[in-house]
Amino acid sequence: MTDGNGNGSGNGAKLSPENAQVLETLQLTRKDFVSDQEVRWCPGCGDYSILAQTQKTMPDFGVPRENIVFVSGIGCSGRLPYYMNTYGFHSIHGRAPTLATGLKLANPALMVWVITGDGDALSIGGNHILHSMRRNVDIKVIMFNNRIYGLTKGQASPTSELGKKTKSSPVGTVDYPIQPLSVALAAEASFVARSVDTHTEHLQETLERAGRHHGSTFVEVLQNCNIFNDGAYRDFTERDVRDDRMLALEHGKPMIFGKERDKGIRLNGLHPEVVTIGENDVTEADLLVHDEEAQDPYLAYMLSRMWYPDFPVPVGVLRRVSRPTHDQLVVGQIEDAITRQGAGDLDKLILAGETWKVE
Amino acid sequence: MTTETEPHKDVEVQELERVTIRFAGDSGDGMQLTGSQFTRTAAVFGNDISTLPDFPAEIRAPAGSLPGVSGFQISFSSAEIYTPGDAPDVLVAMNPAALRTNIGELPPGGALIVNGDAFSANNLKKAGYEANPLQDGSLKQYNVFEIPISTLNTRALEGLDMTSKQVDLTKNFFALGLMFWLYERSMDPTLRWIEDKFGAKPVIAEANMRALKAGYAFGETTEMFHTTYRVAPAKLAPGTYRNITGNEATALGFVVAAQKAGRELVYGSYPITPASDILHQLATYKNFGVKTFQAEDEIAAIGSAIGASYGGALGMTASSGPGIALKSEAMNLAVMVELPLIVVDVQRAGPSTGMPTKTEQTDLLMAMFGRNGESPVPIVAPATPAECFDYAIEAVRLALKYMTPVIYLSDGFLANGSEPWRIPNLADLGNLAVANHTDKATFQPYNRDPDTLARPWAVPGTPGLEHRIGGLEKADITGNVSYDPENHHRMTMLRAAKVEGIADDIPPLQVFGAEQGDVLVVGWGSTYGAIRSAVERLQAEGWAVSHAHLRHMNPLPENTEQVLRSFKHVLVPEVNLGQLSLLLRAKFLIDVQGLNKVRGKPYRIIEIKQAVEALLSGQPVDDVKFPADHTPSPSAGGGLA
Repeated sequence: MTDGNGNGSGNGAKLSPENAQVLETLQLTRKDFVSDQEVRWCPGCGDYSILAQTQKTMPDFGVPRENIVFVSGIGCSGRLPYYMNTYGFHSIHGRAPTLATGLKLANPALMVWVITGDGDALSIGGNHILHSMRRNVDIKVIMFNNRIYGLTKGQASPTSELGKKTKSSPVGTVDYPIQPLSVALAAEASFVARSVDTHTEHLQETLERAGRHHGSTFVEVLQNCNIFNDGAYRDFTERDVRDDRMLALEHGKPMIFGKERDKGIRLNGLHPEVVTIGENDVTEADLLVHDEEAQDPYLAYMLSRMWYPDFPVPVGVLRRVSRPTHDQLVVGQIEDAITRQGAGDLDKLILAGETWKVE
Repeated sequence: MTTETEPHKDVEVQELERVTIRFAGDSGDGMQLTGSQFTRTAAVFGNDISTLPDFPAEIRAPAGSLPGVSGFQISFSSAEIYTPGDAPDVLVAMNPAALRTNIGELPPGGALIVNGDAFSANNLKKAGYEANPLQDGSLKQYNVFEIPISTLNTRALEGLDMTSKQVDLTKNFFALGLMFWLYERSMDPTLRWIEDKFGAKPVIAEANMRALKAGYAFGETTEMFHTTYRVAPAKLAPGTYRNITGNEATALGFVVAAQKAGRELVYGSYPITPASDILHQLATYKNFGVKTFQAEDEIAAIGSAIGASYGGALGMTASSGPGIALKSEAMNLAVMVELPLIVVDVQRAGPSTGMPTKTEQTDLLMAMFGRNGESPVPIVAPATPAECFDYAIEAVRLALKYMTPVIYLSDGFLANGSEPWRIPNLADLGNLAVANHTDKATFQPYNRDPDTLARPWAVPGTPGLEHRIGGLEKADITGNVSYDPENHHRMTMLRAAKVEGIADDIPPLQVFGAEQGDVLVVGWGSTYGAIRSAVERLQAEGWAVSHAHLRHMNPLPENTEQVLRSFKHVLVPEVNLGQLSLLLRAKFLIDVQGLNKVRGKPYRIIEIKQAVEALLSGQPVDDVKFPADHTPSPSAGGGLA
């Protein structure tokens, strides 16, 4: 972009052809994304796995390290940027999406990730996460959901189950929890997915798909806090039960799950139900087929409400739709204005309106 | 066609140095437009001008009610003036409510022009009048011109295809036309404006032109007026001028500053009175590459600005007191990560929601101290609407050079008030560019410039400089997270020293008048005009009184203490309860005297003059009696709204 005086204006480095060339010759590996900082989460924390999968996934995007930024809020998740050998900004509680929005406005070429938690994103930062999603800001939000406040040592969070006893709710919380994915869908995020900290391959695959999406990307990672909420997801994520209690979504495929691949989801009126293939004349053809690209959000919303034990817990991509991103629209309006009016001339601008001369 | 004024027949012409007119009417009567048209005309004619719009918070309060009264005061002069005038010479009152809320400020003998048609029983009742003041003799100390404006205007518009309501909406232009005649002004600028504005609606354009000309012709033909008044052009410094409000100058200043810095301007903002106009204006500058972002709240607005600065743009946000309070945590993040950031506070009457459309200077201490921890932030404060441009440039210079958030304190009076602006030659303004750091070999995130103590600006996208910053305390040089006690102490001192060091980089405090004497009046922000005028009068009377006006509130200019100590008394007038006074007393242990009021209105010249006179005669300033303000408050007048 040029400014009114014909000077190149800009904010410094953007993705240059030089950088692109480096990419072709430089094969990055996980190690390139490991910073020199000592990782400090509690031993056994699910965050280690999320960090590892994030570092492993980064080389796949073919984006030079200098063009990747991790922005975080406050909470245990907020430390992740320190451990990534990219640009990183550990901001303030709940506000990471606002910084990321401004950063993308300043330099749309950057790949911007937002690292947040259930308290950071859905409580103190609820307003910002909502609006970043409805604007389709091209940021990739990974929300670590451990259903507890960890860094402040164990208070109830917006995703803590009703009646949960915590330090702040000694006889049980009276606040109903919210489903993060339902919120993301209602707020019109253009990519909505879920994975699990310990399901490393699935998590890598989900992060990789998130990284390739352009627009508001929301990934909920079910994450275990072994200190303050140990085993929050144990009932359906453990190796021996997960096939029967979780539903791995695949685009264009029928919703089948179970160790024996014999269970599925069928629509009964407006409600989903679990059926067994081969029983009561149920065949694969009766099952719902996943369509992550559906323009209307009903199927995705229905999936976001399914939870163990009534249903298998869906993981994978619930929704992936394409629409112009916030930075594209902003830059588009600027380019339009320049096409229509010409690049602004400040000397003329300050003389606008009625002027008079004093000799 | 032209309407150049011809000498009026049988009418005496009187030369005046200065005239102050107040237009007052219902908020639906177009008083702001009337006032601003008169202002443009006077400005283009070459008078010095100063204006004070005074409008209600309600978008449309009940018609004819006291809370619905909207006013616009303009002072125009053949000499340099600094304020919109202490009191009007002429009051134009379009209805009884406008009369009731404004008459108290019209001095005896002042001219009162009223729309007699509006004094119906119903309107009188809404204004709380038991008897018609036009008939009960209560206005006999004024020079009253009762004109059936509505009737005359309706007659002038006969034959046009308009509803009676539409016709009524043009009566302000009748009043304007009459004022143009009375002050020998050309109708041309307004006729051109009507054509530009309503060109696509020929009937409306025609109606407004007819109303304007009818008002003018009425002045000429009626025998009501025996004198017209002439205010010659002022002898302003040579140059090209335009009329400008503070908010306009603020928006323009930051666009120019961003360009001088070679950075994109990214403006994150949430709508709030009286700062919203800055957003409105910047949103029209898309072809200048300005990126505006209407955020979901005040916090997101400043967050986006910090993110933009991190990305190498010039991040800026603006708000008023309640919004600035919400931004304080994020402002502290910018203090900690040491990124440039502009925070504009267009102050208004508080606390809480306060009086959104009324002016006040009550955020100085919030700007200084309203954040957790030791959090030094440079503060600049323009003194006049036109100066809002200069201090936008200055704020950007400091933010970039010192890698720091800068608070820019404007207020409602500056924001909406206007004055002639001598348009600068942009080529004469300095280059504000600072370079991004790009050298990997020398890069450490908190390795400071030895002169400015600024840290390097290492922008994402720069190869080899990948690093992490954040709100946790930083280790000196490396910027890694640190809980080391010595390091925290050192970093706290460094952040303070960086801001204190700016004192070496700003002009000394100038004194208007002798450098020593009996009384120094020290002000900041929009009190400038009233103080300067009062001091000029006192000096003309032979008193040893000087004026010093601060534009840099933090740090203060290095000679501030020395200037203050050169006078027997220091008087600090503020539209607050003594915030600068507190700072000066604390910093210098000088027993400054505060002059304080918070009425949502700027100072009158006389108020400051009387306070100085009290000091000169050894009386305490507290005992100064302000001229009684007879304006009935809207709530006292019936509690509408």
